[in-house]
Order: sequence, then C-alpha cells, then structure tokens
Amino acid sequence: MKPRQQRMLAVGLVAIGIGIGVALTLTAFEENMMFFIDISDVNEGKYPANRNFRVGGLVVEGSVERETGALEIQFDLTDLNTELTVIYSGILPDLFREGQGIVAHGRLGTDGRFIADEVLAKHDEKYMPPEVAESLKQYRPAVAPETDMEAKQP
Amino acid sequence: MWTWFHKLASPPHFFRISEKMVPWFGISGLLIIAWGTWHGLFVAPPDYQQGDAFRIIYVHVPSAYLSMAAYMTMALAAGIGLIWRIKLSHAVAAAAAPIGAWFTFLALATGMIWGRPMWGTWWEWGDPRLTSELLMLFLYFGYMALRAAISDVKKADNASGVLALVGAVNIPIIHYSVEWWSSLHQGATILREDGPAMPPEMLTPLLFNIAGFTLLFGALLLIRVRTGVIYREHRKMWVKNLIQRGEL
Repeated sequence: MKPRQQRMLAVGLVAIGIGIGVALTLTAFEENMMFFIDISDVNEGKYPANRNFRVGGLVVEGSVERETGALEIQFDLTDLNTELTVIYSGILPDLFREGQGIVAHGRLGTDGRFIADEVLAKHDEKYMPPEVAESLKQYRPAVAPETDMEAKQP
Repeated sequence: MWTWFHKLASPPHFFRISEKMVPWFGISGLLIIAWGTWHGLFVAPPDYQQGDAFRIIYVHVPSAYLSMAAYMTMALAAGIGLIWRIKLSHAVAAAAAPIGAWFTFLALATGMIWGRPMWGTWWEWGDPRLTSELLMLFLYFGYMALRAAISDVKKADNASGVLALVGAVNIPIIHYSVEWWSSLHQGATILREDGPAMPPEMLTPLLFNIAGFTLLFGALLLIRVRTGVIYREHRKMWVKNLIQRGEL
C-alpha cells in the first residue's frame, strides 16, 4: 500500500470509529437528550420523581383561565391524546396563545396539576403573512392556525 | 479538469488566480446581500404570529448555514491536506476557522435576541440544537488555539487537521437535532419533503441572503488563504520575486 493510501485508510477508519462511538453515546443518552417529556408519558407516571422536568404540548383552546389583576394563570396542555393542567405565575412569552405549542418547566403537584416555574413558547416552522392566515381561517377553519396577533395579556 | 485542480494547488498559481476572484465574489456577494436584506426588511410581509420580529431570520439562517458550511470546508480541506499532503489545503482549513467562528457567533447572538421575546428565554441548555451549535463554536476555538500553540506549521497542520475531522461529527448532529429529539428550536422551514413552509415573497430574500453570505464567505476565505500562503511561502523564490517587482 502506498503511504497516501495508508493515510486515507487511517483518516477513514478514525472517522468511522468516531461516528460509531458518537452514535452509540447518543443512543444511550436518548432519554436525557429529550428537551421535554410528552404529556402521555407524564400521565403514565414516566417522569423523574425527585427533580423538576419539562413537559411539552399544545395549549387547549378555551382552557386559559386568568384572574383579573393577577399573574396567576391556569391552562390545559394536550398532546392530542391526554391532557394535563398547568398552573403558572409570571410573564408569558409573546408566542403564548391557545392552540400554540409550549414547553413548561416545573414539577407535578400532589393534586395532579403541573406547577410551572417557567413557560416557553415553541415556534413551529411555518411562516406566512397575516392575510393568508386570515383567509385560511375563513375558508378552511380546520387547518387554520391561530391568527390572534394580540397576545392574551391582562 | 484534474490538471486545473493540480495547478490550483500550486501556491504561486493560486495566488495569481485568487487575486482576480476576490473582487468578483466580494462585490457580487455584497450586492446580493443588499438586495436580499432590503427586500427582507421592507418588502416581505410580516409573519402572522411573530409580526416583524421574524425578520431576524434574514441574518440568522444564512449565518447558521454558513457556520456549518465553513466547518465542512475546514474539515474537508484538512482531510485533503492530511491525505494528499497539500499545503494549500491546510492553508484553506486554517483560513476558514475564524470566519466560521464569526458566523457561529452571529447565528447564536441573533438566535438569542429572537428567543428572548418569542420563546421567553435567551438560552436553554437542554435544547440540542442550541447546545450543539455552541459546541461548534468551541470546536472552532479549540482548532484555532491548537494551531496557535504549535509553532511548527507542518505539525500544527496535522494536529489541528485531526481535530477538525473529529469535530465534523457534530455537523449532522446540529442539522438533525431538531428531528431526532424533542427540541425547543423549530424544525426545518426550507428543506422539507413537502416544500418550504414559507411563501415566495418571504423565501426569495432569504435565499438571496444565503447565496450572498456564501459569496462573501468565499471572498473572505480567499483573502485569508492568500495571506496564509504568503506567510507559509515567505522564503520561496516566487514570493521574493513578487516583492522585488513591487507587486506585494
């Protein structure tokens, strides 16, 4: 074998070796790599018991309850399979609205409600002008995204 | 074709050709970025959910794309340099690192500025896209630090070349992080099986800026490689001749 081919082989083997190593590591850490836990898993008891964790899901339409003059807010999260009630006290991100995907960080209370200390809005990959969203809502309400430009602030 | 490549790998030949290429890449890149940014900021409609805040995408996405493209350039050039022992190739790898690091920084900074009002947080350690992109910034830093720590150019080429190749495993992780794991960062908008999830009036300026940033990266890379070549070859006859003729 020529020296050049030997070097080629060495570089190739190192690259393949590292690739396999990283793939195995990532597979092993799969659970920990999850940014949030699905609501179905939480409701089945599959969540870390002694520490705070994140749940992700869609805010159920019409479930947001807020007392006037208070920051306390309560809403239901769904993964389109089961639901989980979340209570939170604080400022919500701009993208928080009904039907929107959000991620809440906190712990499960004894009453089965999730007590969040942080709520993050998850943006999806779709972009469109407001007029298009409006006409989508008008003609095909089933697929229309939430078009409320005004965040539900108190 | 191959002879053209072989000739290009010769430093004096590269030095002559690249001089003519720099202004073409640089000026066309800047013009395209000017068009794309103007249309992105003033002509494209606002987003139905984010309003005008989505317009940071016209800097964020090209920067993020180039942060990875620059790394691929660096790793490929380092690999070619290691296997075929081409000095110019190592010079390309060394030149790509700081530019890539700047694009990584831009992508992270614009992402954080957008994330604060939209997500509700500047930074999330648990998010795989954010964390792997930050890791790439540290890989760039590590590569540059390793080069700077070894005074012998050949040894620096080899050691840092291996690091660049090893770090390349991070590139697919960054790209697929939003598909493999549940992340806060959204999925791909442009490269989707059912086509881009963005109307043409928003997408076209973005594609222009991606092309413009790429051309600008090409120009910056060539300028840096030219400097690197002169540094590496400063004892060679052709460099001395250039200086004597007053062309350098």
